Amino acid sequence: MDHPLAAATGATPTRPAVGGRNLHRFANPGRFLRATGKVLPVLWAAALLVLGIGLAWALVFSPPDWQQGETVRIMYVHVPMAWLAMGGYTGLAILSVMSLIWRHPLADLTARELSPVGAAATALCLATGSLWGKPMWGTWWVWDARLTSVLVLFFLWLGHAALVRAFDDPERGARVGAILALVGFVNVPIVKFSVDWWNTLHQPASVARLAAPGMHVDMLYPLLICTIGFSLLFAAVVLARTRAAVMERRVRALQLARARREDAPA
Amino acid sequence: MTRKKRRLMILLLAGLGLATATALTLAAFQDNLVFFLSPSDVATRHPPGDRAFRLGGLVETGSVERHTGSDGRPSATFRVTDGPNAVTVTYAGVLPDLFREGQGVVTLGKLQPDGSFRATEVLARHDETYMPPEVADALRRSGHWNPSQGAAPPAATWNTAPREGRSGG
Repeated sequence: MDHPLAAATGATPTRPAVGGRNLHRFANPGRFLRATGKVLPVLWAAALLVLGIGLAWALVFSPPDWQQGETVRIMYVHVPMAWLAMGGYTGLAILSVMSLIWRHPLADLTARELSPVGAAATALCLATGSLWGKPMWGTWWVWDARLTSVLVLFFLWLGHAALVRAFDDPERGARVGAILALVGFVNVPIVKFSVDWWNTLHQPASVARLAAPGMHVDMLYPLLICTIGFSLLFAAVVLARTRAAVMERRVRALQLARARREDAPA
Repeated sequence: MTRKKRRLMILLLAGLGLATATALTLAAFQDNLVFFLSPSDVATRHPPGDRAFRLGGLVETGSVERHTGSDGRPSATFRVTDGPNAVTVTYAGVLPDLFREGQGVVTLGKLQPDGSFRATEVLARHDETYMPPEVADALRRSGHWNPSQGAAPPAATWNTAPREGRSGG
């Protein structure tokens, strides 16, 4: 287990198929670090720029709602966090499929580093929703299908983060975590369609619907810019965490190799 | 069959089984997942008067009567409708800010012997329209929408409307 990345790539003795080879190109930790080292600063800069424009537009220059007044500005954080919670979890499910079928070591590492960030986004979604619900609905929390399913999503994120770290053998942790992530994926369509399948206190979708968005463009555009900005920030944080994890494993492998050399003098 | 293909098949089969199980479970609990009953549900199911439940619908236009008790506590009587049916609701307490005629509400309480509903909690239900005040005013002035009559007109008719007479920021 001193070099899990190399060990896992070497575990496919048959020549990988074309798709498989492309998939495993970035399993080489050196190549991954070199490639993402160039991407990451661009990602940070883009995230801060887009988020700066989006938040200024949303919090200062966009109009209030005719009924909700200025409180509607909570939406510009709440909605991107909700989308990131669901989109991020879909990403976790895809990484888990890659982990279980192709035993891709980088998918394991990324999934491990993704779940705390996803849990944070979901927590922010719940917190801002609660702060919005009190003045508008008259309550911090109700047990309707939408709110409850998002709370379940939050616990799935936390459960995954805890489970992958609960094993001495990181590869076993990754397998078990991937299974939990895939089982939990049934909750994502439930979150999305809960407002259509059951009557809930939470209103149905405004932006993602077949008819025209039920939102004026002066609110829709800043919302979309904020969503892009928060998504870039989310990606940058996950990538930075994954790079740190790859480097951490490298350091540990080097330390182990040195300890072994010193133990067995030539 | 390679090991990867076998793992893919196992994963697909497990996913199919899990999705089926979830769909069956949700279908079985359909009634319990309902957050509130509509006035039509109340008319067909006749919920017993000793059990609290939630009643949801739109506040009927022209039905709201606000009172102030001798102790200064506010109370209100209004009708909650879903179109074909309506239930009279009495509530003692402060109504939420969003409460108005034509607004969606969810009330928690018990059915009284006279068929009215005595609420202990009233929550406002926001719909999925987000509209600047200038656009809402323009729709009202032109007679396209009366908020106390119900939902806003189709979004495509107003969601790109210019915000006339806006007073900055």
